[in-house]
Amino acid sequence: MLVANIQVAETPLVLYALRRADDALILGHRLSEWCGHAPMLEEDMALSNIALDLIGQARELYTYAAKAEGKDNDEDKLAYLRDVRQYRNLLLVEQPNGDFAQTLVRQFFYSAFADLYWRAMMASRDPTLAAIAAKSEKESAYHLRHASEWIIRLGDGTGESHARVQAAIDHLWAFTGEMFAVDDGERALIHAGIAIDPGSLRGRWLTTLSDVISEATLTLPQNDWMQQGGRSGRHSEHLGHLLSELQSMQRTFPGQTW
Amino acid sequence: MYTQALNTAETDDRGLEEAGRAAQFQARIDAEERIEPNDWMPAAYRKTLTRQISQHAHSEIVGMLPEGNWITRAPTLRRKAALLAKVQDECGHGLYLYAAAETLGTSREELVDAMLAGKAKYSSIFNYPTLTWADIGTIGWLVDGAAIMNQIPLCRCSYGPYARAMIRVCKEESFHQRQGYEIMLTLCRGSDEQKAMAQDALNRWWWPVLMMFGPPDATSQHSDTSTKWKIKRFSNDELRQKFVDATVPQAQYLGLAIPDPGMTQDAEGHWRYSEIDWTEFKQVLAGNGPCNRDRLAARRRSHDEGAWVREAAASYAAKRAQRQTAQAAE
Repeated sequence: MLVANIQVAETPLVLYALRRADDALILGHRLSEWCGHAPMLEEDMALSNIALDLIGQARELYTYAAKAEGKDNDEDKLAYLRDVRQYRNLLLVEQPNGDFAQTLVRQFFYSAFADLYWRAMMASRDPTLAAIAAKSEKESAYHLRHASEWIIRLGDGTGESHARVQAAIDHLWAFTGEMFAVDDGERALIHAGIAIDPGSLRGRWLTTLSDVISEATLTLPQNDWMQQGGRSGRHSEHLGHLLSELQSMQRTFPGQTW
Repeated sequence: MYTQALNTAETDDRGLEEAGRAAQFQARIDAEERIEPNDWMPAAYRKTLTRQISQHAHSEIVGMLPEGNWITRAPTLRRKAALLAKVQDECGHGLYLYAAAETLGTSREELVDAMLAGKAKYSSIFNYPTLTWADIGTIGWLVDGAAIMNQIPLCRCSYGPYARAMIRVCKEESFHQRQGYEIMLTLCRGSDEQKAMAQDALNRWWWPVLMMFGPPDATSQHSDTSTKWKIKRFSNDELRQKFVDATVPQAQYLGLAIPDPGMTQDAEGHWRYSEIDWTEFKQVLAGNGPCNRDRLAARRRSHDEGAWVREAAASYAAKRAQRQTAQAAE
């Protein structure tokens, strides 16, 4: 049986919550792929922990998006019954795990942003988003510390680890610009004090990156060409495969309770 | 050993001393005292416990694989989070148990290497595949249920670090067991398709789960000394019977049939199960289960592919220590 995608009435607020929910779910899903396969048991624990935090954030944000939309969608319909073109996450978070260095660089770029972002969002005039921000900020601070420590260890570890982590930085750099982009709908939310302007975080984000990267004896790329598209559903080829796995049960056995 | 003839007298003295210590050790065990890492213990006690605790740790780690197989496909976000947390708990148990085993003098690296080399065993139940979502419910309900049955008595094991580890592990396992049963309950109250999925999973897991308690008492190798040392307090068959008696009413409540048409209830209320196919057990133990090769290959792959990360961490730690020493000298 075929299950149709749900339709979402993407008002600026719904879309705003959905974009952050998709970021958290897709990155959490990627990290959960490591569970049972990490380089050491301590990292099976840590990566699962971070994945759990992110999936928890996603659930709160989806629930809020569904409430803001005011139809009969819920967290599971939003996660399991939208197709690639309806997903709104950053291209960065859907990139495959690759090796441990690539996973940690992806996490580092994202967490360095999320830490600043959620801290700023605690001042949102939207009480639900402010409450989600207060919880997510504490989690993101830990995620950033974990990732930063690994970037330093790998960068200043062996020749091989240095080369791998530098390659991951060079590869993922082009996906970081999207974090700071804003469209008209978001601009209105920023103006209303519901959202914050991510562009205002870029300077501090770069400082965090530079500090860690230089301690790790690594370098940031010079190129400034940035890939974009995730926020409007133009994704990389990787996301479709992730979704076909994530959604397989709901698509195969539609409308059942699990 | 080869110089035995040259120092007979010394050996005799040592033998006497050893015998005295062994008697003292046994007296402590009989008095229900806990043996701690720095206490004297017979070499065989140390060896038995190292084997048992490390096998237990390996089982937790290999056990992450069949359930981990469903993390990315869990049917709802709530189930996904619960399953991920459960598999993470198992990893925690593994770490905790390796630490308990290390108190007996063998490092985690050595223990893990033995497992990866195929020299150390882990629970055979994890050599069966998880084919549907109902397998995740069944593992929680039955596999964790059987593990609890085995592990509750271990909370009183004579070796302190193991007993203490078991107290924590049992608490988490009983949570997992309820979670698994709740998955089964949801399936059994769901569509015909879901109920059939639950029954199929029970059919596949029932007999392997009964085998988890080990060979019948008449043929078990380790029980005698383990009982004397209060590592083991109930026999394999006693625990198996307890498990069956506890599980049959649970299956009835779910409306599922235990795949043993010959099962009967005796006058004392015990559910008497049919003969277990020990040939299958021996085959799986010998490495011929459906997933033995896959499980070991997966563990080896993670270990090999993670080698550069562990080397980097070690190299960085060494550099840092060196820098700190240099700084302190300034």
